[in-house]
This record gives sequence, structure tokens and C-alpha cells, in this order.
Amino acid sequence: MEIFVSIIIGVLTMSAVYMILSKSLLRIIIGTGLLSHAAHLLVLTMGGLKTGAAPVLVDGVTEYTDPLPQALVLTAIVISFGVTAFFLVLAYRAYQELNTDNIEEMKGTESND
Amino acid sequence: MINLPIFPIVIPALAAIFLLFAPKQVRLQRGVALGALLVTFAVTVLLIFTVSQDGIMTVNLGNWPAPFGITLVSDMLSALLVATSTLLVFFIVWFATYYFSDAYESNYVYVAMLFLLVGVNGAFTTGDIFNLFVFFEVFLISSYVLIVLGGKGVQLRESIKYLLVNVIASALFVMAVALLYGTVGTLSLADLAQKIPLVENQSVITVIGVFFVIVFGLKGALVPLHYWLPGSYVVAPTPILAMFGALLTKVGVYSILRTYTLLFDGGSAFMQNFLIILAVLTIVIGMTGAIAYNDVKLIIIYNIMIAVGVILYGIALNTQTSLEGALYYLIHDMLIKAALFMLVGMMIGITKSGQLRDMGGLITRFPLFGWTFFIAALSLAGIPPLSGFFGKLLIVQGGVGEGSLFGPLLILLSSLFVLFSVIKIFLYGFWGEEKRVYDGPLVPYMNRLIVPTFLLVAVAVAYGFGAEAMHPFITQAIEPLVQPEIYIDAVIKE
Amino acid sequence: MNRKNDQVNDVILQTAAVIIFFIIIVFSINLFFAGHYSPGGGFIGGLMTAAALVLLLLAFDSKTLAAVLPFDYRKMTALGLVIAMLTSLHSIFWGRPFLTHAYDKFDLPLLGEQTLHTAIAFDLGVYLVVIGVTMTIIQTIGESE
Repeated sequence: MEIFVSIIIGVLTMSAVYMILSKSLLRIIIGTGLLSHAAHLLVLTMGGLKTGAAPVLVDGVTEYTDPLPQALVLTAIVISFGVTAFFLVLAYRAYQELNTDNIEEMKGTESND
Repeated sequence: MINLPIFPIVIPALAAIFLLFAPKQVRLQRGVALGALLVTFAVTVLLIFTVSQDGIMTVNLGNWPAPFGITLVSDMLSALLVATSTLLVFFIVWFATYYFSDAYESNYVYVAMLFLLVGVNGAFTTGDIFNLFVFFEVFLISSYVLIVLGGKGVQLRESIKYLLVNVIASALFVMAVALLYGTVGTLSLADLAQKIPLVENQSVITVIGVFFVIVFGLKGALVPLHYWLPGSYVVAPTPILAMFGALLTKVGVYSILRTYTLLFDGGSAFMQNFLIILAVLTIVIGMTGAIAYNDVKLIIIYNIMIAVGVILYGIALNTQTSLEGALYYLIHDMLIKAALFMLVGMMIGITKSGQLRDMGGLITRFPLFGWTFFIAALSLAGIPPLSGFFGKLLIVQGGVGEGSLFGPLLILLSSLFVLFSVIKIFLYGFWGEEKRVYDGPLVPYMNRLIVPTFLLVAVAVAYGFGAEAMHPFITQAIEPLVQPEIYIDAVIKE
Repeated sequence: MNRKNDQVNDVILQTAAVIIFFIIIVFSINLFFAGHYSPGGGFIGGLMTAAALVLLLLAFDSKTLAAVLPFDYRKMTALGLVIAMLTSLHSIFWGRPFLTHAYDKFDLPLLGEQTLHTAIAFDLGVYLVVIGVTMTIIQTIGESE
């Protein structure tokens, strides 16, 4: 099962890199989303994919899954949710202001233009 | 008070939350922000003295015992850095109250600044590597808000790049944490330091170490991960630029310092050579940029890279002397970079141009401003007895002590380049004839803007003259880095 | 409910949305309290409530929603942060580490003996923050169109 998930993580990362390297801003944002999905899956897998009860204290259950990766992944998901939402708003504002979503046309490091 | 280490995080957070309720009342915003920062600074001073007397302080959040819960650890290193950043943010906010228009200030700008301080102080204090990621995100999200505020086209364009770089870095951070957890099975820094030497396959640890260097190097703008830095910093307004330049890159450097000395310095010499190469490259590229540009903001921005390289070189050597030098230089650089960014921001505000060819003769109209800049410039270059000198001296001593000559010579050479680049600003900007009548938007506020700037430079100068008095604190801060057992014992009490 | 928007023929959506809205709200409150001892909690409860509000937003428009539920979502975020922060801070006054929670058993009318835990106040803060942030984001994107 871990091998299978590892392959999925690889495919996700690959697609993410492909998307981030494209020119359209929206694709780039989708790429960052995929990249963080890959990272979250990695966190879950690194804890070991065990079968067991939810890590909540109940009488009579001895096999628990590792709660720490779940806590970590929840935190990471919340953060990437917030950042992606912010990124989308920013991209939308930039599109309105610059009239383009093509990253090629956003070049330039002139400070005073 | 067993909870003392959390106050530098909680007080700015409470003030920021309070200010969320009244975004339009600008006077209230200024007053509460400055007051909260003063109180926080007083607490950090108390923290420094408590730590110097009683040793490392820890708080186990939620009363979970040490390796299982999140621990906040205030050793002298984090206490000193927390105090420095709080003081800096105080001066920057003071500067910002005169710099920004009322309309700009009512866009939650102080809220974002306070939250940025929350994140930075948290990152300096935390003793858990995932919690470090969370505090990184706190200050990154605040920095996204700050860099976007104002919403000019060029600003939006550059902030997209800044955001993209940092989002990718965050994903890499999560991956690195995951790999570390999978290999070692713990996330508390102290527990990691105990268990990493027991891992059989040390090359995995080296790979994870490189992962972390990439993550923190992206924040700290190490070559070749620095491409985003000049473009996105140069579009930010002066107070925000001062904050980013003084704090954010330094958090990256601090994280390398903490993780490298605590976790990744064992095993092979690979990590050390890797960091030294990165440091040398960063210094060289920084030097090139600092002398190549005629834009005052860009010159100082490339000076950030030189400083980061010098500090990283001291960290990589990992000896008592070089680490003392690195910490000494780190605090110096935070103070003086913020001051210099404020000063060049004032130059741009007076002349309405960032280019040196449009400036000149500022010192005849603003003598105090000119001489403040001169002292700050000398201090940055490390002219004794100003504050940059001792740090560099110790790093160079450390390098020579390790039998290396190339690194120390490069650091001395970089001082010449720094001196050249800032004196160039002084000669072309302040000396000579006035090119035209300067009527920039900041001219009426100069008398007020100079006060926080002058005081900040004064603090930096006092830091240089008080080097002897600071020395016991610096030594105490370095102890847990050289002997990780002190740190481990303080966190994991048997 | 205000159905004067004649140009758009979405009677089915609007009628269904009003009913489904309440079902989702009840379920989200259930999730919120379930988080005490089993999977659930303030975060998903808040997201679920925000989803219900977004459903209303889709079926009607932002003006209608603002008229029906006149909340300032930024203030709601701030209020949530205040609640969460104060709950975390209370332990300081008892000389315990930050974020330590307290709980005890109480005899409540109708409900019998129940455990009351300060974590529920923290979760309430999280709940409000999540609704506030989500709705602020949606409104920021939606308003300019």
C-alpha cells in the first residue's frame, strides 16, 4: 500500500511541476495545489499506513492509527487552503490590473515602472 | 512566571486581534501597535535576564510532556533574537506612522505587521520542527498581505512571484518534515538531536538536511535560490521593505543555524562543505549586485545577500569563535539593515527617484539625515569600533583557526565592496550639488521620520560600543549550539 | 425569501437551497459538538456552515445574503480569534502552561451528568474563524464581478 501511495505522490509531484512550469497563472496555481497535495500525502504515508481505530480514546480498542501525521496533515491542509485562496484572489486582482494571466508578460525587474 | 517565553508571541497577537475590530481608526491603530510593541520589548528584556540567571526556559504547550507535545524553548539565542526583532518592529512601526497615508494605514497594515512579528518571534522560540513550519506560515501570510497592500500593477506582478516561490518552499518544508518523521519518528528538536545519531543510514539524514537547507535557503536568499529576492523586495514600500530585509531572511538563516548545529552536523563533512560553498557563492553574487546597480534600494538589497553569506560562513565553520561571530553579526545586521532601508526610503521619498543620478547634495538641506546615513554606512561595512566589526572579526578568526584562508579573505574583501557600495550612495546622494529642487512627498515629514531612524542607528552604534558588555550573553547563547546536550537536557527533563 | 430576480430561472435551486441550508446548518452543529469525543470539531463544522452560506450565495446573490444574515465576517474572524486566544490564555492565571485545558463533570438540567471542557470554547473560536475567513475570501472574489 505504501508503494502504491508513493507512486501517486510521484505522479502528483510530476503533474505539479509540469503545471507550475506552464505560462498560464491559473495552471500555476493548480500546480501549487497539486504540489501541496503530494506533500500532504507524503506526511500521511511517512507515518505508515496502518489499519486501526480512529485515534480517539474508546474502551476496548487497542489498535490505533498514528494520530500525529493526521494532526500535521490537517494543519498543513488548512494552511495551504488559506494560501491557495489568497493566491487566487491575488491572481484575479493581478489579471484585472495587468490585463494578462500570462506569466511571460509579467517579466521585468525595473523598480520604477 | 513559567509562561514567560510565550508572551513575546501572545502580546503582539492580542494587540493585532484587538486592532482587527477597528480597522478605520488610524490613531487607535498606531497607539495600540506601538504600546503593545513597547510592552513586548519590556517582556523580552525581562526574558533575557531571566534566561541569563536561570538558564534555558521551556513551556510545554497544553501541559503535554516534552517529546510528545509542542515545546517552546527560550534559550539565550532565541531570547536575544526575539528582543532584537521586537525592538526593530517597534522602530519600523514608529517610522511607518509618519510614512504611510491614513488611507493606507486603515488597510490592516499594523495588524499584518504585528502578526508578522508573532510569526518571527514564534519561529525563534519554538522547539518543534513542525511548529517552526506553522510559525513560518504565520509570518509568510502576513508578508503576503503586506507586499500586496496598495495594489499597484508592478507590486501585484512581483508579489505573484514572491508568493509562488514561498508556496513551493512551504510544500518542500512539509515534505522534509514528513521525511524526517518517517526516518526518526519524532519532531521535537531536542528529541531529534538525541535520536538522529542512532539512525543507521546516516546518508538519509544528509539528504533530509539538504532538503532543509533548500527550504531555509529559499527564505534566506542563498545563491542559487535568491532570484526572487531583488525583484519582490524592491517593489515594497519602505517600512515593509525594512521589515522584510531585516527579519525574514534572518529567520531563514536562524533556522539553518538551529537545525545545522543541533541535527545535521554529525556524520560526514558533506554538510559543512555544502554550506561553505553556498556561503561563498552568496557573498560573491551579493558583491556583484551591490556594486553593479545604481538604484539605492537594490544596492542595499544585494547587501542583504552579502550579510547572509557572511553569517552562513560563520555557521558552517561551527566552532565556538565563528558561531559567536555569526550571532554577533546577525543581530548587528538586523539592526543596521532596517536603519539603512529606512534611510534610503527617505532619500527616495525626498527625490522621487531611486536612481543615484537623480540625487545629490541632500546633506546641505538635511545635515542630520546625511550624517546618520554616513554612520550607518560605516557601521554596515564594519569599520571599528562600530557594530559590524566584531562579528566579522570573530568569523574571520574562526576561519583562520580552522586553517582556511580563502573564506576569511573573501569576507574581508566583501567588506571593501560593502564600503564601496554604501559610500557610493553617500557620495552621489548626499555630497555635491542639488540636481533640482526636491519636492518629494516625504519632505514635510523629514523632521519626524528622522527620529526613529536616528534612534535605531544609535542603538546599532551602542551595540558596537557595548560589545564587551554583550559578550557574556553571546557566549551563553552559543553554548547550547556547541554542546547540544545542554539544549536536550533543558527540554527533556528526566 | 426574496425571489424577485425574474431574469434567472432558478426556482428549483432557490427553493431547494433554503431547505438544504437548514439541514446543512444542523449537521454542521452536530459535527461541531461531535468533535468533543469523536471525529468532528470546530474546523469541519465551520467549513460546513460556510458551505451552507455559499450555497445561499449561489442560489441568490450577495445582496440578499447580506440582508438576511447581516454579519461582518471580518469581525467574526476577530471575535473567533479573541475567544480562542482567551481560552488558551486562561491557564496562565492558574500557573499552568499556555493552552492547558480544564474540564470537570457537571450535573446539567435535562442532560444529566456531562463533562464540560474548555476545549469547546477554543473550538467555538476556531468555528467562527473558519466561517469568517472562508466567507471573507468568497465575498472578496464575488463582489467585484
